[in-house]
Amino acid sequence: MKVTNLGYLMKEGIRGIFLHGFMSFAAVLVTVACLVIVGGFSALVYNVNIMVEDLNKTNEILAYVDSDLTDAEARSIGTRINQLPNVFKAEFKTRDVALQEFVADHQNDPAFGGLVPDDLRHRYVIVLEDNELMHETVEKIEALGGIAKVNAAFEMAEGFITLQNVLHIASITVIAVLLVVSLLIISNTVKLAMYDRKDEISIMKMVGATNGFIRLPFVVEGFVLGMLGAMIAFFILWAMYNLLVNRLAEVDTLKLFSFVPFVQLLKPMVATFAGAGLFVGVVGSWTSIRKFMDV
Amino acid sequence: MIEFSEVTKSYSVGTHALRGVSMQIEDGEFAFLVGPSGSGKSTIIKLITGELKPTSGTVHVNGYSLERIRKREIPYLRRTVGVVFQDFRLIDTKTVYENVAFAMRAIGAREGEIRDRVPYILELVGLENKSRRHPTELSGGEQQRLAIARALVNNPSTIIADEPTGNLDPARSLEIMSLLQEINNLGTTMLVVTHERDLVERFGKRVIAINEGLVVHDGMDGYYRV
Ligand SMILES: Nc1ncnc2c1ncn2[C@@H]1O[C@H](COP(=O)(O)OP(=O)(O)OP(=O)(O)O)[C@@H](O)[C@H]1O
Ligand SMILES: [Mg+2]
Repeated sequence: MKVTNLGYLMKEGIRGIFLHGFMSFAAVLVTVACLVIVGGFSALVYNVNIMVEDLNKTNEILAYVDSDLTDAEARSIGTRINQLPNVFKAEFKTRDVALQEFVADHQNDPAFGGLVPDDLRHRYVIVLEDNELMHETVEKIEALGGIAKVNAAFEMAEGFITLQNVLHIASITVIAVLLVVSLLIISNTVKLAMYDRKDEISIMKMVGATNGFIRLPFVVEGFVLGMLGAMIAFFILWAMYNLLVNRLAEVDTLKLFSFVPFVQLLKPMVATFAGAGLFVGVVGSWTSIRKFMDV
Repeated sequence: MIEFSEVTKSYSVGTHALRGVSMQIEDGEFAFLVGPSGSGKSTIIKLITGELKPTSGTVHVNGYSLERIRKREIPYLRRTVGVVFQDFRLIDTKTVYENVAFAMRAIGAREGEIRDRVPYILELVGLENKSRRHPTELSGGEQQRLAIARALVNNPSTIIADEPTGNLDPARSLEIMSLLQEINNLGTTMLVVTHERDLVERFGKRVIAINEGLVVHDGMDGYYRV
């Protein structure tokens, strides 16, 4: 195709957007709504994933060593724990260190003033690779000789894993549904635009325009609508995200939630939104034209 | 060149629109296609432009074999055949100039070419002073000229006109027919479908008459009976 025509085709495509002002507006609006929800979901899932991963690291299992064992015996269990599958690392912590930490944590509490190291047990601080297998791993640790008791936050781990799974499934479903909806709306807008210009199209076909050439302005129209929607959605999401994070920071003084700054999401977001806009716009218009051209 | 050889065409409902048409129109020829309503004239035109495929037989148009043409070749066939419709099919929202330019843009002509060619064609059909008007501001004869200009602008080797004078008074009809003859004199093959016996006889050109899907007369004397 000659380059000089590109300008004309672009112009035709953009003219179409204004000719069908309301439908174009609706198409952009729906795309924006879909992408904001899709983007919001993705951002949430992303953050929850990071939080769960952080939790994986902080959700330590404490394995108390039998107090009958000698120090040397207690230390030797570490090798066996580290050899268990799914154990990321196991660190030995002597009762003296444990006491120091305990005292440091309860400095102002006179109730614990008289504690001596012998009141506590040696312990292993264990981090797992996959908290989904916490139960099995804990059973294996308990089965090792010389471990008196294992403390593990099962509910916490399970809760987050469930949440993570639910979010995954929900977000994939929501994203799929919304993409299809945007696709249908844009495709309908373009179909309307084509219907409006069916006389022009039939004249073009009559004088020997190729299908590709006839299509192009409509694909441009779909592309611009999709991209416009993606762009608006992106900035709305950016603003909403920052607002939410700032609000949360004010309320959540305990730092229970840690949201990554939006900048960290910028690149994948831009890529995804551009991709979605392109896909929705071009595929939406292309499919509607295919049906139309065969008539 | 247009060549029909034993062409039949049945529509899906079982109407036998053409029942074995053979004819040949050489490059540069001028021919009238006449026949009563429903005899198959429009069907012949649609077979020439690739809108329809023959049920049997072969159709050759300007080097393309229509019975086995591929879909993506059809646009290029159509660039060799300009069609003028009885109902004009003009775009009312575009000016006279833009209607003609539109046909050039549709096949990817450059703006420079368009600026050179459109005024030339408008002058040829006698619309050079109406280029800024819209089709609704033209008389029937002028609209027909515009339709001819559009069919002509991409320089097709063949022009087919389906009832080009159907809505015009005898004087305008004569003018349009003379214009088509002029264009033919410049080298364009011309196939004109018409009901107007007076005009046909007056011009004394080749006449192909069809009735009930068969060629019933083909002669150079400008005379026919159906
Ligand atoms: N799409 C169609 N489906 C079924 N039958 C058709 C179709 N188009 C035309 N026909 C039939 O085919 C026959 C020839 O039609 P055609 O349009 O070629 O006639 P025509 O000579 O152009 O007539 P007119 O002078 O009235 O325009 C007629 O009997 C018509 O009813
Ligand atoms: Mg007809």
